Amino acid sequence: MHQCDPQPAINREHVFALVDGNSFYCSCERVFHPSLIGQPVIVLSNNDGCAISRTDEAKALGIKMGDPLHLIKHIVARHRVRVFSSNYALYGDMSARMMHTLAQFTPHMQVYSIDEAFVSLDGFARDGLTEYARTIRAVVRRDTGIPTCVGIAPTKVLAKVANRVAKRRTGSGGVLNMCDAATQDEILDSLPVEDVWGIGARSAATLGTHGVRTAKQLRDHDLDHTQRLLTIVGRRIAMELRGQSCLPLQMIQEARKQIISSKSFGRPVRELDEMLEAVANYVTRAAEKLRGQHSLCHHVTVFVQTNRFQNVPQYYNSGAATLATGTASTVRIIQAAHQVLRGIFRAGFKYTKAGVMLADIRPASAPQFSLFDDQQAHARDATLARTVDAINTRMGRDTLKVATCGTTQAWGMNAKMRTPCYTTRWQDLLRV
Amino acid sequence: MGGYHRTAQMKPIHAIVGEAVHAKTTGQTNVRLPFFGCAVSCGFPSPADDYIEKKLDLNEHLIDKPAATFFVRVAGDSMLGAGIHPDDLLIVDRSKEPKNKSIVLAIVNGEFTVKRYISRNNKVILKAENPAHKDIAIVEGMQFEVVGVCTNVIHSLQ
Repeated sequence: MHQCDPQPAINREHVFALVDGNSFYCSCERVFHPSLIGQPVIVLSNNDGCAISRTDEAKALGIKMGDPLHLIKHIVARHRVRVFSSNYALYGDMSARMMHTLAQFTPHMQVYSIDEAFVSLDGFARDGLTEYARTIRAVVRRDTGIPTCVGIAPTKVLAKVANRVAKRRTGSGGVLNMCDAATQDEILDSLPVEDVWGIGARSAATLGTHGVRTAKQLRDHDLDHTQRLLTIVGRRIAMELRGQSCLPLQMIQEARKQIISSKSFGRPVRELDEMLEAVANYVTRAAEKLRGQHSLCHHVTVFVQTNRFQNVPQYYNSGAATLATGTASTVRIIQAAHQVLRGIFRAGFKYTKAGVMLADIRPASAPQFSLFDDQQAHARDATLARTVDAINTRMGRDTLKVATCGTTQAWGMNAKMRTPCYTTRWQDLLRV
Repeated sequence: MGGYHRTAQMKPIHAIVGEAVHAKTTGQTNVRLPFFGCAVSCGFPSPADDYIEKKLDLNEHLIDKPAATFFVRVAGDSMLGAGIHPDDLLIVDRSKEPKNKSIVLAIVNGEFTVKRYISRNNKVILKAENPAHKDIAIVEGMQFEVVGVCTNVIHSLQ
């Protein structure tokens, strides 16, 4: 059905709608702070580093995606931009609400990221699509408070384009239907090729040397040549631009093959003890995710690094350990990670970042034990982990944790401007 | 013989985890309290166990649409007359359209307020239920939005 090569099956029946939350993190904050409506607002990345979500008002002041806070301090002060630390507990809950609301409209949807989802509108009457999208948008806004834009098109790549244009064009009412050829021609002609979903800066440069600079030129370029330049991936994108659907909805998320937990410290870390504590915390997060997808890992990597952007003695190192038996036990992975860390840690440096990566991930349903393994011990580990997860789900994150995670976490992230968890903690409820 | 199945009441802990995770995403819990029936502590099945027919879930009673439902804590006393006290928990359903006399959570000029929604001759008044507080008449130029309808109030008696 969705085979694109060598002889593509043309399927013009598909209709995809990409629903995307506008300035999602900022919009979540606005739901609980109505005084922010109409004001420039930005949300910062972990550790209060860079602007990662900006309202239209903030964009109009020239604040760019990824701008470090210290470089835009003057704009923030002069225009009273409201600045927030990221509050992922809140954004995650609001995202789940948005996706739940969208799911009422169709059984076929793919949650693509925290703030966007592809919704299949196959089988809907063509002339009613725009109106239906407006209804979807209005219901999401009413039920969750989150404003969205909707792009409608016969393929996912075109739906992405339509969504982007819907966001920028005033007067679109937040919905753009790109199902007809004339609209496709007009929009693709004015779209730089690097703004097409899946075309990175390098691919764009390659295409540029062959005179392909707009999305329309990529669409109309010789397919075989495109494939020679950008592999089969590029060919699929070009075909999608032609309105031939090659990328089906992925309704089930695949289990991750790697899980990384890494953060910058709020202040430099010098002591091994603090580093052990930080790594134990990162393992705790990663192991929770591992258990969440019912997997076991066989490999753990730890890395530590100093600040590359500062004129201080530099050190970077990483090390890894293979676990004889796959495990999802926080305790066991911490033991392994600590062993690795002791091997790579050097005293006398100001470390600013560390992280762990779990790899060689396999399903927990078919564990393989080594000859000398105590299978009962592994079963006990699994029961313990489940119990800890159950308590933490009910009583709040980190109610129970391994003692090596520490209690003060002086090295922790800066999040000085974080709002309360209005929807996930009883003590944080909005007061009105 | 349903009575022999202790698991009907005593779920293994991992079953509860799954439900709790589910609850986190949908706001709905499936961990329900049995309406009647008693715990079986040793060998004998309870004669009442065969009659368990309904497990009651307060969420089911209080919440129609989990994705559109928010909890807020009451801070003031302007709605005492409607039985809404400071520190009470209000359940707000954003998906419901306010009817005349509904109690609503609204935004007026950038601030949240809970009031009774009175709609008369195309005019909206947000009425306080306490003589010490003034009603708010909505006029042109005010920022005004009904966030949702307050469907229930939970008042602790302790």
